[in-house]
Amino acid sequence: MSKTTIPEEEYAYPGSTGCPGCGANLVMRYLLKGLGERTVISIPACCWAVMPGYWPSHCLKVPLVYCAFEATGASISGIRAALDMRGERDVTVVGFAGDGGTVDIGLQALSGAAERQTDAVYVMYDNEAYMNTGIQRSGATPWGAWTTTTPVDESRGFKQEPKKNVMAIMEAHGIPYAATVSVGHPEDFVKKVRKARDVRGLRFIHALSPCPPGWRMNPMKTIEVARLAVDTRIFPLYEIDEGVLAITRRGKGKPVSEYLSLQGRFGHLTPENTAEIQKVIDARFEALEARAARKNLSPSFTQLA
Amino acid sequence: MRTVMTGNYASAYGAKAARAEVIAAYPITPQTSIVEKLAEFVSSGELNAKFIPVESEHSAMAACISASVTGARTYTATSSHGLTLMHEVLMWASGARSPIVMTNVSRAMAPPWSVWADHMDSVAQRDTGWMQFFCESNQEVLDTVLMAYKVAESRDVMLPAMIIEDAFILSHTSEPVDVPEQSQVDTFLPRYDPEMRLEIGRPMGFGSLVKPDLYMEFRYKAMKAMESSRERILKVEEEFRKTFGRSYGGLLDEYRCEDAEVVVVVAGSAAGTAREAVDAMNERGVPVGLARLRTFRPFPEDELRNLAKKVRGIAVIDRSYTFGAAGAFYTELCGSLFPLRERPVVKNYIAGLGGRDITPKIIEKIIEDIIDVSERGEDVEPEWVEVKGLDRSWQ
Ligand SMILES: Cc1ncc(C[n+]2csc(CCOP(=O)(O)OP(=O)(O)O)c2C)c(N)n1
Ligand code: SF4
Ligand SMILES: [Mg+2]
Repeated sequence: MSKTTIPEEEYAYPGSTGCPGCGANLVMRYLLKGLGERTVISIPACCWAVMPGYWPSHCLKVPLVYCAFEATGASISGIRAALDMRGERDVTVVGFAGDGGTVDIGLQALSGAAERQTDAVYVMYDNEAYMNTGIQRSGATPWGAWTTTTPVDESRGFKQEPKKNVMAIMEAHGIPYAATVSVGHPEDFVKKVRKARDVRGLRFIHALSPCPPGWRMNPMKTIEVARLAVDTRIFPLYEIDEGVLAITRRGKGKPVSEYLSLQGRFGHLTPENTAEIQKVIDARFEALEARAARKNLSPSFTQLA
Repeated sequence: MRTVMTGNYASAYGAKAARAEVIAAYPITPQTSIVEKLAEFVSSGELNAKFIPVESEHSAMAACISASVTGARTYTATSSHGLTLMHEVLMWASGARSPIVMTNVSRAMAPPWSVWADHMDSVAQRDTGWMQFFCESNQEVLDTVLMAYKVAESRDVMLPAMIIEDAFILSHTSEPVDVPEQSQVDTFLPRYDPEMRLEIGRPMGFGSLVKPDLYMEFRYKAMKAMESSRERILKVEEEFRKTFGRSYGGLLDEYRCEDAEVVVVVAGSAAGTAREAVDAMNERGVPVGLARLRTFRPFPEDELRNLAKKVRGIAVIDRSYTFGAAGAFYTELCGSLFPLRERPVVKNYIAGLGGRDITPKIIEKIIEDIIDVSERGEDVEPEWVEVKGLDRSWQ
């Protein structure tokens, strides 16, 4: 058996108030394992604003400032500036927000932080809906999913619009590093976090974060679903490092039905719907692979040289 | 250094003298020259600070809060739509007990668009937990920035402070201003040194969730802090006076009120005009005084109550209007006077909205009117001064 490269140190104590099987718990845990103790975090409204515990409990081994829902990008800019004034350049500043707080209401502040090249790591844990408020759709909810605001009935059902491509949005800002990670692949996860830690500028981590109540799935299946997301290529693992894209896990190319069928939020989908999704996934992955093979610089990765 | 400068430059020089460490700001008329000047100070190295060119006022305030929690002295400036866009995070700043100092160049709200003086923006933030200082002159703007930091950062206060300058009337009008010696400022206002800050090795959550069993206690402490600010403002002003030789009258700046039978209550730049009107009327033997609201938060309740005991009429001029009620200065003043057994007649005058001049003539008419209604002792409705097409007598 090969030895794991994941550090044994824990920076997340027990006591998080997350649901059983919460993927977001693992996102935080692996993130901090990768970053270490010289880290400060900003968290906006989201499940993780609740999960550290009621005051004065605090289940993390790093300091944390809470910020308004849409303000993470600005908050990390403020922390960075204050730390720089104190000469604490080596401290990693982290913005840790949900998908809604990132691709919807917080997009402006994040875009500003990226454009200002704020020296920080921004992590979006993606449970694909507004979970803290009770499973409403977000811009990151995938096509076909049920949520409480995309109800399924006879006439019309589920979300009709595709998921926002946040990685493309962030890439378009010309940031130095962006990567997708999954809690089903912790080695890949921690490796990318380490890489992100050691570059300067705004680094972006997109973490798929299964949510048993929101995805209508068995809490015992969090890891299985996270792995299937990669294996079915609905959530490919890749990084864009200095504008060059590389796929870090190709996945087994399993049919997407295996991923969808474990989640009640997709329970209403017909075989035709599933086939449509499969078609999109295949086309997207093909394009991703083609780009990775070219190893060319992203057109948005502009260097003022 | 004595020089001539605008209210906006007075703000910028104040922030520089205070050695603000993190400045995050977004441009809006008529605030722009404050941030332009500060950006210049930072880029030339005259001020050792980080300037964050944020993409909105909401982000400006959010960045200031997080920087403040991380232990930096922070400054921002805004106006009208920028201030009201911040509303959510203004509450956050006071809840986080972040002693941020911000200049608001008080301007009217749209629609209809107007970039001119009006207090609606500032008044609408009265419940956000910020101290609010209305200024009458550019010198007062600069001096109040310095005093505000000292008050805000006092351990018994730890609340943010808003310095209010009237759009264009102060922001873009030049006056002689004395810029204090840096060494004196440094003694008066030492480096910001909070009890707690976001710090490696001290894993704490700043702003965590609290249950109903403790939320009230957090609010109670903020209330106590705002109450403490009353004393603190007076103490800091006294200290300022001893160092720099200037002072501004505490929470309620009273002028010729000793023998006054009626007084005019006003805030901001119109107080300067009111002083002249009061002088002119006194020359003519009319016993009138001026009480300038220097702070709207904390509200000078005791001061107003004591004043009210001595006079028979109070004219409250509001440069804003709270729809469905009246001018906010007026309603708050009435509330303060309620515990008195005998109260003077109080009348509300709505004037100067959207930058319309509040002239000496207007103030004299208001004084004549309050003398008249207080003699008759009747209940009076708010009066919109010189509104066209309504009351010809004002023209
Ligand atoms: C300005 C504002 N609007 C709405 C909310 C209510 N709210 C709190 S958390 C949340 C959903 C967060 O969704 P996401 O960012 O995806 O994180 P998750 O809860 O899924 O972890 C919403 C809508 C808020 N706190 N602030
Ligand atoms: S709702 Fe979902 S994301 Fe939120 S704590 Fe529960 S499992 Fe985690
Ligand atoms: Mg979410």
